[in-house]
Amino acid sequence: MSPFRPSVGASVARVEDPMLLTGRGRFIDDIAIPGTLSAAFVRSPHAHAAIGRIDVTAARALPGVHAVYTLDDLRPHLTSERTPLGQSVREIVGLASRKLREDITPFVLVRDEACYVGDPVAVVVANDRYVAEDAATLVDVDYEPLPAASDCRDALAEDAPRVHRNVASNVLTEYRIGYGDCGELFESAAHRFKVSLFQHRGCAHPIEGRGVLAQHDPLERRTTVWTSTQSPHEVRMALIQLLGVDDDELRIITPDVGGGFGAKYLIYPEEVVVPLCARMLGQPVRWVEDRRENFLTSIQERDQYWDLEIALDTEARIQGVRGTLINDQGAYTPQGINVSYNATTALPGPYMLPNYDLKIIAVETNKVPTMPVRGAGYPQGTFAMERLLDRAAAGMGIDRAEIRRRNLIPTEAMPYATPMKTRAGTPVKYDSGDFPKCQAMAMDAIDYAGFAARQREAQALGRYLGLGLANGTKGTGRGPFETGILRVGRSGRISVYTGAAPMGQSTKTMLAQIAGDQFGVSPDAIHVVAGDTAHVPMGHGAFASRQAVTAGSSVHLAAKGVREKALQIAAELLDSPLDSLEIEGGRIRVTGGSNLSIKLGDIAREATGIPGYSLPKGIEPGLEQTVNFMPAGLTYSNATHAVEVEVDISTGAVRILRYVVVSDCGQMINPMIVKGQIIGGVVHGIGNALYERMVYDENAQPVTTNFGEYLLPGVHEMPTIELIHHVSPSPLNPLGVKGVGECGVIPAAAAIISAVENALAPFDVRIDETPIFPGRIIELIAASGDAPAW
Amino acid sequence: MDETRNVAVTVNGAELRHQTDVRTTLADFLRHSLGLTGTHLGCEHGVCGACTVLIEGRSARSCLMLAVQANGMRITTVEGLGDGPERLNSLQEAFRAHHALQCGYCTPGILMSLTELLGTNPDPDEDQVRDVLSGHLCRCTGYQSIIAACLDAARVLRGEPARGSEVRA
Repeated sequence: MSPFRPSVGASVARVEDPMLLTGRGRFIDDIAIPGTLSAAFVRSPHAHAAIGRIDVTAARALPGVHAVYTLDDLRPHLTSERTPLGQSVREIVGLASRKLREDITPFVLVRDEACYVGDPVAVVVANDRYVAEDAATLVDVDYEPLPAASDCRDALAEDAPRVHRNVASNVLTEYRIGYGDCGELFESAAHRFKVSLFQHRGCAHPIEGRGVLAQHDPLERRTTVWTSTQSPHEVRMALIQLLGVDDDELRIITPDVGGGFGAKYLIYPEEVVVPLCARMLGQPVRWVEDRRENFLTSIQERDQYWDLEIALDTEARIQGVRGTLINDQGAYTPQGINVSYNATTALPGPYMLPNYDLKIIAVETNKVPTMPVRGAGYPQGTFAMERLLDRAAAGMGIDRAEIRRRNLIPTEAMPYATPMKTRAGTPVKYDSGDFPKCQAMAMDAIDYAGFAARQREAQALGRYLGLGLANGTKGTGRGPFETGILRVGRSGRISVYTGAAPMGQSTKTMLAQIAGDQFGVSPDAIHVVAGDTAHVPMGHGAFASRQAVTAGSSVHLAAKGVREKALQIAAELLDSPLDSLEIEGGRIRVTGGSNLSIKLGDIAREATGIPGYSLPKGIEPGLEQTVNFMPAGLTYSNATHAVEVEVDISTGAVRILRYVVVSDCGQMINPMIVKGQIIGGVVHGIGNALYERMVYDENAQPVTTNFGEYLLPGVHEMPTIELIHHVSPSPLNPLGVKGVGECGVIPAAAAIISAVENALAPFDVRIDETPIFPGRIIELIAASGDAPAW
Repeated sequence: MDETRNVAVTVNGAELRHQTDVRTTLADFLRHSLGLTGTHLGCEHGVCGACTVLIEGRSARSCLMLAVQANGMRITTVEGLGDGPERLNSLQEAFRAHHALQCGYCTPGILMSLTELLGTNPDPDEDQVRDVLSGHLCRCTGYQSIIAACLDAARVLRGEPARGSEVRA
């Protein structure tokens, strides 16, 4: 047998792959329970309407239909008509200058008023989805269309249509982020520059949409809910509250999830309605959305309008940034104001910013609610800062890389307490990282120094090349904790149970590597159960690049604890000192010639104890340990993106020629997986910069509702990405890891837009929006008045 | 009003038949009538490619076909590749070696399209692989690793040694 090689730090093959590659995944629509009925939702076709009578007679009469429910039918079984406000919001509420209204979350089903196209009005449950959808069209709803607020700036006007007819103002809340004093310094600053930015609505679009399957067991008195979610515990908490049941009466199981990217990190009305239908009908019920439904009703992120001003001294050192952000909340607020809060607190990024004052206006519109999508506000804050720096560089005649270099936090200053305070009142602290070095590495890799010459040569041939550079950071490993339970069963099988929720980021492989190393077994030998609330009583799930830090550390500590305990018990049983023992391949052996060994399963049995005999001294029963690792603070990843593009000025088409990423996510548990995360993140960034635009018309009707109209980056849009690693281990967890799921997207749009603007420098074009389309590029070139010199 | 038909197909070499509504799509027929859930639905309007299967050896969007249209035909789905999780074929092995999947949802459709490519062109260049992949959407991987996996699988199928694996030896 070949000697054991630890797998943490190595690119080992994924444990998820064999099942997924052979079509044996168990996604939400794959789970077959005999007798399962299908649900379809009746949704408002109006962005805003009063709802009168709902006549379900014809729908109910269709053969194959079991039930048609409206809120009136569901209300007796619910403690509230609305989903509960999400977990992350309670602390943010304290920031708001006006208290958040009570009634801001989505309705389980609406009854009197629909507030966006897609707002669910009724549910049909039938033998199969085809019949359910037929019946849904037969539900007769009396809609009285009302004026709708579409653009979030227009929604601020005194005479704007009200998003909710009984709420006088469309402003959800206003609040300020910042520190220091921006007033006086802007008056006396050597240099001041302004930008006004538009960051357009975009979607998450995992290739698998949402779905829920629920089954009530009257014998066990428990409802089991499978849902394609990133946060099984949040779903469970919400349902416990809404259904008025106890913890034991509800089990949430996360199936294989085909991507989430933020759109599955909240409780949706459908996740309440479907379990309720299952309980009411006494049969399993499933709802799986189609892509059109996803376009209409899955959360999106942004529109954002930023008006910003930056002040610098004579040496181009930033003195302050101030401004306003208008953030489109959509019609409801499922979780809170996390997008705008994150975006504005992320604006300083890796730069020294001594004074900061940003006013945020979170405004409602008659569109689907907005919430964090991959990057969670950080890409928008980064875009804002990077546009300011480009503007300042141009205005002061300083090289764009140089102005950044002068303002990047130097590594000698780590750990760096920024002037920003967290919600808890403690300083936001960057724990580790070498931002200037990463920028230098990126510049080197893309040959920044030689670019001016390349650009000139190309221009002489009538080609327009541009280069862009952007830096981003991300606070990762958000607490409070993620559970890790490690258990050695009496069969000897080593199992990991965690509240962490996989959605493609290889969570099971990561945890299997961490656990396997403690027992001298390969990751394949570890049994990982993730996102099943029956096994793990608490948890938070997958968001904000947190699971490697939190779940990883918990599993590591739990595995270490069980390893030590197993060794102690073995030392007793084998009558051998601790330091003579080793664990490998499921056995504990005495080293040095003796062939004494004991199987882990036997130790697990011993640890249960035998009546009449006491356990070895000081040892608690059981060969398992639960750890809820609580990080002391966020640990900061960073990345520099350097992008070279070519712009065709006759068509406006942008081609990415080279894309360099320098990434620092601390220690890497599996470099192959890290690379996949970064490249995947860049896909989103390219989409955000050049392709993805979720469009609503002036009546708040969604206009782009299929993949022909809303463009996801395909293979031809993706350049080959060159990835370079820098490693600054995190001092804040035992693994030294930092989250990596989002750093690929955070500086991407900023770098690409900067490159496009640089390519169009001869036309003095400024780009203050994302995404930018070819038609718009042509428009900007034409508006600049400069005809191309050919 | 409702019409049904008995649809007979040969799927992955097995002769199967099932009664179905005439409006059932081939994708739903495979997934729910025949229990072959490896073929996935990502958009149901023919863009994402997740539902791709081979019909008489040629790739087709099963979301845009009716089950009745496939009557009498030979269909290959992802379940027909290799011989189970313990015995992946060369293409599947290459996907594993190059981390060409993350959530795995778009993967079956891509495997079918690339199976068709490699079946007709044993030595594709990168542009040809990209051309086939342009019929598929992936939100996780960024496509780079999928291209690498396909080129490596082609190598192995030609009898050359595998190259460039991301997985440690």
